[in-house]
Amino acid sequence: MPALQLRHQGSEMSQAVASAPESAAGPIDGGRGPLPEGTAKDHTRNRHAGAACPVGTNTPLLCMSNAQILAISVRSASKRFGTTAVLDDVSLEVAEGEFVTLLGPSGSGKTTLLNIIAGFTTPDTGTVHFGGEDVTEVPPHRRGIGIVFQNYALFPHMSVADNIAFPLKARRIVAAEIAERVAWALSLVKLDGYGGRRIDQLSGGQRQRVALARAIGFRPKLILMDEPLSALDKQLREHMQIEIRTLHERLGATTIYVTHDQREALTMSHRVAVLNQGRIAQIASPQEVYNHPADAFVADFIGEAALIPVERICGASVRLGGSMLRCARPVPDGGQLLLVVRSEKLRLAHAGDMNAFAVTVRSRVFQGESQLVIAETVGGASLTLRLSTHVETDDLLPQPGQQAYLSLHPEHAFVVRAAGG
Amino acid sequence: MITSDGRAGNRVIILLLPGLLLVGLLLLLPLLWLLVLSFYDNGPSLAHYMRLSDDPSYYKSFLLTFQIAGAVTLATVLLGYPLCYWMLGLSAAWQRIAFICVLIPFWTSLLVRTYAWLVLLQRRGLVNTALIDLGVLREPLSLMYNATGTTIGMAHILLPFLVLPLFATMQGIDSDLLKAGAALGGSPSFVFWRVFFPLSLPGLTAGALLVFVLSIGYYVTPQLLGGGSTVMIGQLIQRNIELFSSWGAASAVSIVLLAMVMAVFLLMSRFLSVDRVFGAR
Repeated sequence: MPALQLRHQGSEMSQAVASAPESAAGPIDGGRGPLPEGTAKDHTRNRHAGAACPVGTNTPLLCMSNAQILAISVRSASKRFGTTAVLDDVSLEVAEGEFVTLLGPSGSGKTTLLNIIAGFTTPDTGTVHFGGEDVTEVPPHRRGIGIVFQNYALFPHMSVADNIAFPLKARRIVAAEIAERVAWALSLVKLDGYGGRRIDQLSGGQRQRVALARAIGFRPKLILMDEPLSALDKQLREHMQIEIRTLHERLGATTIYVTHDQREALTMSHRVAVLNQGRIAQIASPQEVYNHPADAFVADFIGEAALIPVERICGASVRLGGSMLRCARPVPDGGQLLLVVRSEKLRLAHAGDMNAFAVTVRSRVFQGESQLVIAETVGGASLTLRLSTHVETDDLLPQPGQQAYLSLHPEHAFVVRAAGG
Repeated sequence: MITSDGRAGNRVIILLLPGLLLVGLLLLLPLLWLLVLSFYDNGPSLAHYMRLSDDPSYYKSFLLTFQIAGAVTLATVLLGYPLCYWMLGLSAAWQRIAFICVLIPFWTSLLVRTYAWLVLLQRRGLVNTALIDLGVLREPLSLMYNATGTTIGMAHILLPFLVLPLFATMQGIDSDLLKAGAALGGSPSFVFWRVFFPLSLPGLTAGALLVFVLSIGYYVTPQLLGGGSTVMIGQLIQRNIELFSSWGAASAVSIVLLAMVMAVFLLMSRFLSVDRVFGAR
């Protein structure tokens, strides 16, 4: 990664910067799965060995060494505002270099959790640990965090370069070093030459990039992002999602990202923590959260899913109407059960096929690349089937009013408990 | 906005007409009359202005006025800035109470407030008695009938003019900016001086400018608290009329005062856009 190499020699800092390309490879190497724990740890140890602390740091946490990744741990944190529990006994472990998204509707507590990690809010009970160190009582400015806000929070009275230099000046880095780091950060977000601009001369997308550059310019070990893309239009948002991912792969800093956009969460993260009413309903890989939601809330919140009441037959099968469906994953015991039916997992089938069940087609909706078939089960539950449009299959689609059979692969026949059941 | 559309333009002029008439008849016309008077002394003449530059008492009075106005401005800034900053941190309910406390004197008659200071500041007044009883002083301070008394009284009376625009500006500062500053490593004092203070400056300058300009033309308070020795420009104008019935001389002083105030405004607008400071944007 040549962009990471600063041509700076002679100071303690250069030692840290010189080894940046190594860190640029990151502990992840572009992979998006859960982190192999051993690799990440070894990586940190190597870099700690060569780490040198520059001047002007108050605590070890602020040390801008090349050890830029940090494990974050929130242990049974609770927060009440008045009588409402905004956060209810939440624990969160984030591995070094991991990209974790806090996903949830507004009021689910995701922003409060982020504020607790940043130090803006002190939890009523519970603790926050950075790299094993208890930082619950450490004020935000001593936590060494890069942060990006929803409204960017760029300083309107400063130029682009001064904005990016702010965290560096706060750490009393020498001027020459600051200039180089600002140029480096600007090139990372592809805004070379914009340093002298005023903030109000920038477009929304450019402001977003400056906010990013400001958050990464001092090479923080932890980056927090609070719905950073929600103010951008769809196209720009999708573009920036990929850029943030790429940046994360290059820098390797542990990143905690807050969003209410489930697609954004699935696209960007190693793991997604789904929050509901102040609790983490599920924390798992995007695939796991999507395919095997922990409860009805997660199933409903992520993707388009129909939740259809079923009866339990045994630990591996349920009854839907008159049909028996086999389930690859264990069926929970007790309470009202719901089958999670995602529209793209359904297949057209024939009577008697494995895991097939009868439906009555209500209507068809053409949506360009795919079409939706809206149908009703024998029990009266509504569901949708999504099929990509193709000349070979279009003719096979049942017409409204007709009966048809749909099947669900046992791996996709996933059953959750109904809320409160 | 005046548009190129003729009918909309006409409508705007009709709406503006009452205001324009009011300003024209009650402000511009009398000012013009003042200007004419100041150049008239049994025929067109520069005599009034000549006397202004020749008589050292005029120069002394102008100097004193600017000194007092400067001191009053400084005092209101030093009192008002921490007050606003403190109010900003209060809960909404307490903020309202604090605001009412700031505004109550604003709604009270100027005379009442000035006489209240008279009671407090006189030789046997509350302040002196308390300081002597506490053993801080042996002899009472002369807090009245001099520039000190004038400055104290004026600073109190003019404080709301600083607090109102300053507090509005402070309230408008996005709290996320301060959070960002803290999270990005700025200590509280670093964030204050690099982010909060620069962003509060427009309000501070607006308030200070208001206080300064109002101080220059102040009359009642210096008249009552300043005694005979402290003669500000406003009193000078009044004396010229009342004692010497010299309308020409009074007009000349007024015109010079007006020119100076305009100069202050022009000077300020070189550094910041005045209309933006007063929120007209």
